Amino acid sequence: MDMAELQGKTRQKLVVVGNGMAGIRTVEELLGLAPEMYDITVFGAEPHPNYNRILLSPVLAGEQDFKDIILNSVEWYAEHGITLHMGKNVATIDRVRRKVIAEDGTEAAYDRLLLATGSTPFILPVPGKALDGVISYRDIRDTELMMDAAKTKRQAVVIGGGLLGLEAANGLKLRGMEVTVVHLGDWLLDRQLDDVAGDLLRRALEERGIGFLLGKQTAAILDDGQGGVAGVRFSDGEVLDAQLVVMAVGIRPNTALAESCGLYCERGIVVSDALQTYDPRVYAVGECVSHRGVAYGLVAPLFEQAKVCANHLAQLGIGRYQGSVLSTKLKVTGIDLFSAGDFMGGEGMEDIVLSDPAGGVYKKLVLKDDKLAGVCLYGDTADGAWYFKLLREGRSVAELRDTLMFGESTIGDAGVQGQSKAASMKDSDEVCGCNGVCKGSIVKTIKDKGLFTLDEVKKHTKAASSCGSCSGLVEQILMSVVGTDFQETPKTKAVCGCTERSHGEVRKAIREQHLLTHAEVFHFLEWRTPNGCATCRPAINYYLLSSWPHEAVDDPQSRFVNERVHANIQKDGTFSVIPQMKGGVTTASELRRIADVADKYQVPMVKVTGGQRIDLLGVKKEDLVNVWQDLGMQSGHAYGKSIRTVKTCVGSEFCRFGTQNSTQMGIDLETMLANMWSPHKVKLAVSGCPRNCAEAGIKDVGVIAVDSGWELYVGGNGGIKTEVAQFLCKVKTAEEVKEYSGAFLQLYREEAYYLDRSVHYIARVGLEYIKAKVVADAATRQALYQRLLFSLQGLPDPWAARIAGSQKNEFIPIKLQA
Amino acid sequence: MTDSQHWVHICALTDIPPQGSRVVERASGNVAVFRTHDDQVFALLDRCPHKGGPLSQGIVHGHGVTCPLHSWQIDLASGEARAPDQGCARHFPVKLEQGMVLLAL
Ligand SMILES: Cc1cc2nc3c(=O)[nH]c(=O)nc-3n(C[C@H](O)[C@H](O)[C@H](O)COP(=O)(O)OP(=O)(O)OC[C@H]3O[C@@H](n4cnc5c(N)ncnc54)[C@H](O)[C@@H]3O)c2cc1C
Ligand code: HEM
Ligand code: SF4
Ligand code: FES
Repeated sequence: MDMAELQGKTRQKLVVVGNGMAGIRTVEELLGLAPEMYDITVFGAEPHPNYNRILLSPVLAGEQDFKDIILNSVEWYAEHGITLHMGKNVATIDRVRRKVIAEDGTEAAYDRLLLATGSTPFILPVPGKALDGVISYRDIRDTELMMDAAKTKRQAVVIGGGLLGLEAANGLKLRGMEVTVVHLGDWLLDRQLDDVAGDLLRRALEERGIGFLLGKQTAAILDDGQGGVAGVRFSDGEVLDAQLVVMAVGIRPNTALAESCGLYCERGIVVSDALQTYDPRVYAVGECVSHRGVAYGLVAPLFEQAKVCANHLAQLGIGRYQGSVLSTKLKVTGIDLFSAGDFMGGEGMEDIVLSDPAGGVYKKLVLKDDKLAGVCLYGDTADGAWYFKLLREGRSVAELRDTLMFGESTIGDAGVQGQSKAASMKDSDEVCGCNGVCKGSIVKTIKDKGLFTLDEVKKHTKAASSCGSCSGLVEQILMSVVGTDFQETPKTKAVCGCTERSHGEVRKAIREQHLLTHAEVFHFLEWRTPNGCATCRPAINYYLLSSWPHEAVDDPQSRFVNERVHANIQKDGTFSVIPQMKGGVTTASELRRIADVADKYQVPMVKVTGGQRIDLLGVKKEDLVNVWQDLGMQSGHAYGKSIRTVKTCVGSEFCRFGTQNSTQMGIDLETMLANMWSPHKVKLAVSGCPRNCAEAGIKDVGVIAVDSGWELYVGGNGGIKTEVAQFLCKVKTAEEVKEYSGAFLQLYREEAYYLDRSVHYIARVGLEYIKAKVVADAATRQALYQRLLFSLQGLPDPWAARIAGSQKNEFIPIKLQA
Repeated sequence: MTDSQHWVHICALTDIPPQGSRVVERASGNVAVFRTHDDQVFALLDRCPHKGGPLSQGIVHGHGVTCPLHSWQIDLASGEARAPDQGCARHFPVKLEQGMVLLAL
């Protein structure tokens, strides 16, 4: 007997009923959290391992095979020690003896039970509903039946013009059948689209040869005399010939089993925010549950449920499921539609509509209290993900309102080569410029690996995992493959896999509990890993240092190598050295020393940077300390999440247009901010007049001199997504420039999440909020400014500290005695 | 491994920062020697299986290190990249004796 078996004796037993998407997702999450906790047994009525139900439509349309859509192979269950009963329908749950019994008599005892029985298609109670050739659209079997029917039969009627019905109709049409969709409502997808978009969709599908009968009620399905289908009769007497009838009129949570054992059900199995039923040993997830009165029918919310449920099964007990906002996309190749939220509008709401029926484009945005409440897009869904994000975050769109309709690209976002529409990209087009990932390989990975979230796609393809500017594109691609968008909102998103806590929660705990070390944070917030990972450790280090200046001690081992060695690592493992050159001003003696260093250490390249200073590239790690010593200059912090440079123009000293001494202003600011750590890099610029030679419009803080004083701009960014800085205020004196920009930067340091640039922070809280704190309220501004000065007081220059001998081992390689 | 293995004395444990590393220079490729939070030592060829990044410069967490170039996570004991990445950095036997780090090459 080996160790695993011995431990098995003490393990608890978990039985899962329903081998579908929500149940197995919960098991996967659970294995990630507590792989050793349970002996797991899974019952599934279907004779298949867990597969991706969403992709039945591409299979029906002939775009994919069954074998492509398996999510967990039979081997996967075996590898994880899961007992799998395929093709066994659980008939009874004995809650007193705590066991389940399948129709064939198979029994399994449980300590905890997870119900994930999904839903059952609703069958209209009309005569003829049980005839041969009447099918629903739910599983592999239904799909096979349809594919077979298409080979021998000519005419099909699809009852129901919802997502499922239309995807079925499209597939059958592609397989050569004559298809008519019958729909009770006045337009298609009446739960996802408004009337205008619904009509556009109908016309597009009609062009593909699908027929429609709207406002029709099915009265009976006609018998061909041999137990098969001959046609459909409607309440108005009209008859339509058909040999295949697909019922896609809706789904019902499958609660039969739960009800039979006395669990409380309403529309679905009623669960708490912990996904627990009225019996504390029994949990339920997926389409079969009713949470706060809502039963969901898309995978995104089910996966959120799975995550929380796994957390409770693992007895961590900190997650809560609070319901989801949904978005929908029809997976019919070539037709683009997207809707989310309350897109019908109504009292107290405003619509913004762009309608170009001839061009096949329709967009409707519904606003409530300056926030986006609903979206309905047809024809051009490129910005669906972006709108959905605005909607979920509930952030004010007042400032975006004028351009909102034209999408994210108008506010300065685009992928490489200005691409902003995933749909129009070819498979060979590059999506992620940083890691060289093209569209085709992303689509393939999503399908092959069964991915559902942006984070998963990032991990598996590396797309969007470096600079992140292509996240929007990747999200669009993900949506077009899985038909829905699954991403947690940043508010609740965990810092990393080591914890459930969000950035906001971590910082709050550090502040309120006066936590001073990583160990205290890990302990207090119950980190899952002994000492974090490369994602959370640097974030916590920043939160500690910024919350408790002069108290918390910097942990070099929690810094990315660049910040640990105070130089930028290059791709060959050498480093670049950029000394500080305040305001871009240098002297002959500094230049001489730089030249000498370049000679002495054989620096391969000396380059003037975009930040008005000089870069020595290709320095070996063991030479770093000597190079710094010989330079006799301060660190330029060109490597850190910290102040970088203050770029300046010539200004009034020499320039004939200059109104103020911009160079001196820049030097003063750079002096004030020396050694400042921040959530992400911080760049400033000062121009001496509105000609703005220092390009202050794309800096985190931009200062532009005018005749009567200085204008301050914030939140600019010249990186991959160019963001123009927004006007903050105008001030009179140089001292005020320091106070206002210092206060803004301190607010950013205190409130932005680690790795948020100032533009992202402002987008989250709104410029009005910043103005209220920094401009309108003098007391708050001064307090912020004082806190900044206090934090920065007496911070050592890191190069000087290293020259003095701190952490010197870091730089000395060990040589082997030959 | 056999007893004929050649153990080389590298440095004292305290010469390596906790959750840090030191580089041992070697003609056929540098070796990174790591010290984890629980004072265990591990040694890997200082070349990430992805694109050759210097693993010694990564952040050490648990018994793993994250490569500084593209954030692959490498298991210190086996040298294997953690899923979903695939690859393996060569690992070397290393042991502690009376506070001294010994490496077998
Ligand atoms: C054709 C089609 C297209 C879809 N497209 C999309 C889309 O684009 N986007 C989207 O988000 N969602 C889509 N969905 C919906 C999505 O597939 C479901 O929301 C999701 O699969 C529900 O997961 P679940 O685990 O709750 O149920 P299921 O995946 O249905 O799993 C339940 C399983 O439990 C089994 N079971 C039930 N009772 C028992 C019992 N007593 N004993 C043993 N086993 C039992 C069932 O046989 C089934 O296998 C689509 C669904 C279909 C059918
Ligand atoms: C008994 C089994 C093994 C033997 C005898 C062996 C031997 C060697 C030798 C002699 C080298 C060249 C060393 C050098 O350049 O200094 C080497 C390199 C390497 N080994 Fe192994 N090895 C074995 C197992 C493994 C395993 C299990 C892995 C992965 C987990 C591995 C990964 C590597 C890699 C990646 C290199 C290349 C290093 C480079 O880039 O230079 N080896 N191996
Ligand atoms: S911004 Fe104005 S003051 Fe500065 S260099 Fe240009 S023209 Fe001269
Ligand atoms: S070289 Fe290590 S992750 Fe790319």
